[in-house]
Amino acid sequence: MKIGVVTFPGSLDDVDAARAVRLAGGEAVALWHGDADLHGVDAVVLPGGFSYGDYLRCGAISRFAPVMSEVVTWAGRGLPVLGICNGFQILCESHLLPGALIRNDHRTFVCRDQRLRIENNRTPWTSSYAENAEVTIVLKNGEGGFVADEPTLAMLEGEGRVVARYLGDNPNGSLHDIAGITNALGNVVGLMPHPEHAVEALTGAGTDGLGFFTGLAALTAR
Amino acid sequence: MARYVVDVMPKPEILDPQGKAVLGALPRLGFGGVTDVRQGKRFEVEVEGDASAAGLDEVRRMAETLLANPVIEDFTVQPVEPEATTEQPEPTS
Repeated sequence: MKIGVVTFPGSLDDVDAARAVRLAGGEAVALWHGDADLHGVDAVVLPGGFSYGDYLRCGAISRFAPVMSEVVTWAGRGLPVLGICNGFQILCESHLLPGALIRNDHRTFVCRDQRLRIENNRTPWTSSYAENAEVTIVLKNGEGGFVADEPTLAMLEGEGRVVARYLGDNPNGSLHDIAGITNALGNVVGLMPHPEHAVEALTGAGTDGLGFFTGLAALTAR
Repeated sequence: MARYVVDVMPKPEILDPQGKAVLGALPRLGFGGVTDVRQGKRFEVEVEGDASAAGLDEVRRMAETLLANPVIEDFTVQPVEPEATTEQPEPTS
């Protein structure tokens, strides 16, 4: 299974994401933002960081990167796409996911081990979790507050498209404690916490994040 | 040269943490009676040729596409005289 990891100028979690892919048994393929080619990968990860365009709004300009036109096209055909943190912001700006991410309500950068509930395990990225599994995954963001209008929130809730929800204190003011959502097709997932930083006991709170990367390998093995 | 101003503001129902920070600072500096502050962005877009209805439409499309995120922000677009925004005011003290 080849999983592409896109590097934008300012990406800082691309190497961690590629490492997580390899630890989960996949083959990580480095993709460059300026290259309008997905090089035949089976899935794409948009990693976290601070991509160019954050000057305007997070992800606003990176959304127009050449690689993103390919991601948008193939996502529409069912290609699994996972956007983590800044990647989540880029997916919202690309209209692959509804809503938007705004500055944290307490206005400070937050970095902590975050309890989450995986509420939708029917996406390719969450299929290895039990439904309503409670996990701990590191969270780090300054603009992680998920917002959408009431009809959109009702749709996300009604269609079971909230993939992950914060447990305990809401870390950033996200509406409905939303930590991650999926598109109508279920192949595109945006997630604010960082599962790629929770894949080895040595460097994190645990390995609860590994499931985001092992689920894909299991799907193709079937 | 035509110049257009695009003002972008967070929608009223969207939390504006930056505006809240300013609102919190003003009373500490002795400015009383302020009940709300919202913080937005102003873009000045210069375009070749004279200001026109077509030019205004083009800048409006720029605003919809890139300058604003209509999910969370409202915007207005208007033409301004190029001199009006480049002229430096006389020092007052």
